[in-house]
Amino acid sequence: MNAEHLASMIRERFDDVVLARGEVTVLVPADDVPATLEWLREDAALSFDFLSCVSATDGPGADPRFWVTYELRSMPHHHRVRVKAGLSGSDPRVPSVTPSFPTADWQEREIYDLFGIVFDGHPRLRRILLPADWDGHPLRKDEELGGVPTWFRGARVPPVDEREMA
Amino acid sequence: MSLGDSEMDAARDRLLDPATGELRQETMIINMGPQHPSTHGVLRLLLELDGETVITCEPIIGYLHTGIEKNTEYRTWQQGVTFVTRADYLSPFFNELGYCLGVERLLGIEAPERAQIIRVLVCELNRISSHLVWLATGGLELGAVSVMLYGFREREVILDIFEAITGLRMNHAYIRIGGVLMDLPEGGAGAIRDLLRILPTRIDEFETLLDDNPIWRERNEGIGVLRAEDALALGVTGPVLRAAGVTADLRKDMPYGGYETYEFDVPVATTADAYGRYRVRMEEMRESLRIVRQALERLETTPGPVMVEDPKVGWPSRLSVGPDGIGNDPEYLRHIMEESMEALIHHFKMVTQGVAVPAGEVYSAVESPRGELGFHIVSDGGHRPYRVKIRDPSFVNMQSLPAMVEGYLVADSIAANASLDPVMGGVDR
Repeated sequence: MNAEHLASMIRERFDDVVLARGEVTVLVPADDVPATLEWLREDAALSFDFLSCVSATDGPGADPRFWVTYELRSMPHHHRVRVKAGLSGSDPRVPSVTPSFPTADWQEREIYDLFGIVFDGHPRLRRILLPADWDGHPLRKDEELGGVPTWFRGARVPPVDEREMA
Repeated sequence: MSLGDSEMDAARDRLLDPATGELRQETMIINMGPQHPSTHGVLRLLLELDGETVITCEPIIGYLHTGIEKNTEYRTWQQGVTFVTRADYLSPFFNELGYCLGVERLLGIEAPERAQIIRVLVCELNRISSHLVWLATGGLELGAVSVMLYGFREREVILDIFEAITGLRMNHAYIRIGGVLMDLPEGGAGAIRDLLRILPTRIDEFETLLDDNPIWRERNEGIGVLRAEDALALGVTGPVLRAAGVTADLRKDMPYGGYETYEFDVPVATTADAYGRYRVRMEEMRESLRIVRQALERLETTPGPVMVEDPKVGWPSRLSVGPDGIGNDPEYLRHIMEESMEALIHHFKMVTQGVAVPAGEVYSAVESPRGELGFHIVSDGGHRPYRVKIRDPSFVNMQSLPAMVEGYLVADSIAANASLDPVMGGVDR
């Protein structure tokens, strides 16, 4: 199935479908994400049975500030679609798709860890790449690269003039 | 020292289960890792054990997180290649290819045919070298030290070829936006032909050593079983999925970079266990050699540039091999420094500011040795990536480890993890 055909099939159900560079994107409200993914999976002609990738983008100053994207792949039909939802900057949250797509578990945790986007209904939403007591979400655009203080947990490094000389 | 009655009672109570009055069956929590020879880098497994049996397993990751995705946002598009290549350090060419294909789609360009053939060539050699490391480390973890030595020995031959082609053994940054950095060196094809001659017999030898080896079979058969429907739900791809009987390979399913023009098969197994994964990877090495052979033939009859001609996109610098290795081409340096002010300005602008990529987003996926390696790339129209998300197969596949080891013996969790072939550089990025 070529991309035009795929886009027209999805347009029958969804209003906001974009076809660019051979890739089909479906824009939906955040609350509709799980139902959209499930519909795309259940439709026999589409059969998007494999969730490849959950990603997010931050655009401070814009509304919506955050975008979450879900890359779906159809194992039987060999085609792809992207589902995309915008989230507000003040309280970014979106329903988790982990209950219906278990592969989203770690991927959503990673987005939560690095962007601070909350996935409602996720069974154990906690940091995955960074330490549990990390402050902030480094992939947000307002967090700078570097400049993070070094932590020596459980130990105190005395000032230079107080150190014992060997 | 003697205990009083009340202390004895308290000690006895602690041993007994208050509900049943039976001796309490306690489980033990142990940390396997993060420093452990069998965890492929720094992976920590929090295991709850009942004797020797794993009750629960929780992988704890992040020890190798280096912020590759964040770093790409602060460099030019071309420099992005040098970051992503370091994610999964055992398959650097695949990282470079997935990233460059994505950026090229945003730019609306395609690499010249010769560059595409070279990309396929180095990627398939890389698939073999990656599988050899899996064989070597996986063998070592199960006590097969000779397999480790053989695997690394053959891999060394491939790394020598990579060094001759790119100047580096790992993290090559060789595949660039719009093509590859430079053409194959003189005599490069000869070294690859030698490899094509040696390696098939070496793979035969590995199989003679392992296929019917009672210890190898005992340690791998029926271990780490992950059926197709579970693998698909957990997002598992690559040899682990194919060993469960699913013929899923992006090179066939959604071909990229000219793979549709090569003849090769997708090996599968049906046992869904560690032994099946071993069989699939061994066959994949043979299929990769088939592709390499075809690519070499095509290179003989396909001349031409290895970088797009468009000066607004193609990297301006030219490299050549000198007595001290690969470096700036003296002819090119003379041209920009002494002959053409325009060429110097162009070089300066491209190297300093880089290429501007039209706004938009793409998802570009390639079949890496570990499965679907995807790049979600967003551009705001500027000279730097706005967002690069690496969907690394090691990261996603690692989610299936608890399903593979829970209920098995501790020792089998080592074999199961080895059969998953995770690379922590890719998991943590």
